[in-house]
Amino acid sequence: MAKRAAPEVNAGSMADIAFLLLIFFLVTTTIPKDSGISRKLPPIDNSDQEPPILREKNIFKVIINRRDQLLVEDEIKDIKDLRQAAVEFLDNNGDGSCEFCQGKRDPASSDNPIKAVISLENNRETTYAAYIAVQNELVAAYNELRNRRALEIGPQRGFPNMNFVEMQEASNNVQWVGDKDKLKEVIEQIQEEIPQKLAEVAGTN
Amino acid sequence: MAKFNKKKDGGLPPVNTAALPDIVFMLLFFFMVATVMREDTLKITNTLPLANQIEKLDKSKPISYIYIGKPSGNYTSKFGTEARIQLNDDFADVDQIIPFINAERAALREELVPFLTVSLKVDRESNMGIVGDVKQELREANALKINYSTGSGDALSNMDK
Repeated sequence: MAKRAAPEVNAGSMADIAFLLLIFFLVTTTIPKDSGISRKLPPIDNSDQEPPILREKNIFKVIINRRDQLLVEDEIKDIKDLRQAAVEFLDNNGDGSCEFCQGKRDPASSDNPIKAVISLENNRETTYAAYIAVQNELVAAYNELRNRRALEIGPQRGFPNMNFVEMQEASNNVQWVGDKDKLKEVIEQIQEEIPQKLAEVAGTN
Repeated sequence: MAKFNKKKDGGLPPVNTAALPDIVFMLLFFFMVATVMREDTLKITNTLPLANQIEKLDKSKPISYIYIGKPSGNYTSKFGTEARIQLNDDFADVDQIIPFINAERAALREELVPFLTVSLKVDRESNMGIVGDVKQELREANALKINYSTGSGDALSNMDK
């Protein structure tokens, strides 16, 4: 008589066990989305140094009130128009020292992007969502100018068809192949030419 | 003879489910790999606002989280409906932020301390007052790198209620 084979293990319930585990992981999974708008807070200044005097025309005032309405340069504005207004202000080039600007050279607006400061004031009762929307639009205005500048100087430095945001992404991306040191130089140059000067005024009541 | 009876016609043959465990295992492995366990149990509502000019946070740098929002469900009776701060697993006051940052720093390797980023996960309904207070405390704690955590989407939609 032939040797009897070992009885097969019943694997019918394996699927059930796997389902159980699957459902557990399905429930506990949160796909993390850690992205947002990065900002640097100003350090606390205890010195008695006089703050530098800024000319009124170099300041772009944005105020959000408690009802989330916007006052831009003493005019009520819709959030849709904020980005364009900020770009025009930064790009104005009043004193002609900025050779890449394409602005109107309005003497009543900013001298050049290095001197231009955006001041953002919010009320304590402004909602966070509105604040983020405004921050987003202002960052977008800076990015718009920086992207334009990156497309201008990128090709001469060996990075054609890359805008500023893509350059930053590439320099943070480990898998990106290319000359990172050179890319960082370009990024720093653009950041110097168009610095993000966003001052926040402490909330008033 | 019974032995040679034809099989009954009609009726579909049963579907072979032998491959079902394999499929389930495949899904299981996907979720096991993709899972990141929640770091903190949220006691507040936390619907992030949307923005499109966003940067991804670098995971290789240390990140601390500060949550702000209205206490959720069970906690409203005890903590009210005003937006509150949550640090780690518990509600906190504004003056607990400096000790919290110091504790987070102490837990890090020394060379990573200057890279500590504070991620503010703030509910979209919160007022700026509390956010401003937190920012002031962070300045005092000298934790200057912050990130307003947002979802990705159209920022202008934040303005309509």
